[in-house]
Amino acid sequence: MQHEIIPDAALVTNYITGDESALEILITRHKQKIYSFIYSKVYDRDITEDIFQDTFIKVIRTLKRGAYNEEGKFLPWVMRISHNLVIDHFRKNSRMPKFDNTGEFSIFSVLSDSSLNAEKQIIKDQVESDVRRLVDELPEDQKEVLLMRIYNDMSFKEISDKTGVSINTALGRMRYALINLRKIIDKHNIVLTN
Amino acid sequence: MAKLYTHNSIKKLNDLKPKEETVNFLLNYSKALSVINCNKMTFETVLN
Repeated sequence: MQHEIIPDAALVTNYITGDESALEILITRHKQKIYSFIYSKVYDRDITEDIFQDTFIKVIRTLKRGAYNEEGKFLPWVMRISHNLVIDHFRKNSRMPKFDNTGEFSIFSVLSDSSLNAEKQIIKDQVESDVRRLVDELPEDQKEVLLMRIYNDMSFKEISDKTGVSINTALGRMRYALINLRKIIDKHNIVLTN
Repeated sequence: MAKLYTHNSIKKLNDLKPKEETVNFLLNYSKALSVINCNKMTFETVLN
């Protein structure tokens, strides 16, 4: 026995001309794909059911109004509608998806506390004060360029204008400042990591 | 290595289907809905 599969486009045309059973075939054919697609976004059976229903209500109304132009893309069109409804759902629900933390997915994999803990904060303060002391050890001209570049975020053009030296000199001073800092750090075995 | 005692609550996406009543509702809605176009206006009526 051979089943002839009626293409979506033909079913849509039949449906528009009043064949209600065509819709049943279309829904049966695509329900699993569309339902899974929605579920993969919202992870909730009831909400998926609602969005699935709203999707097809839109489909039915559009088809009945004759506002659908067939381009052989019934399924992508329905998927787009459901996608838009999923977005609407998340917008309504304070722009946040809900997760029940019972599966393999852990909510803590998307939430993180970016603030430093007490220990790391102390280390950070320590490192910063070490760096300040190291910078203070530099010769005045190098220190001046380094502070302007790193702390004041000035360009070498601005630094050269302000200090009255050429850009190349400013660059050279910056280079020596960094070399000297590294030398001091190596010499005293200072650890500057958090 | 620590054993995992959790079950994956997220069902396999392949065996997900809408409820029978949802599909029936849609089919009935489709049968009940009639759209009448009249002079650039569209009327939608849902019959009982």
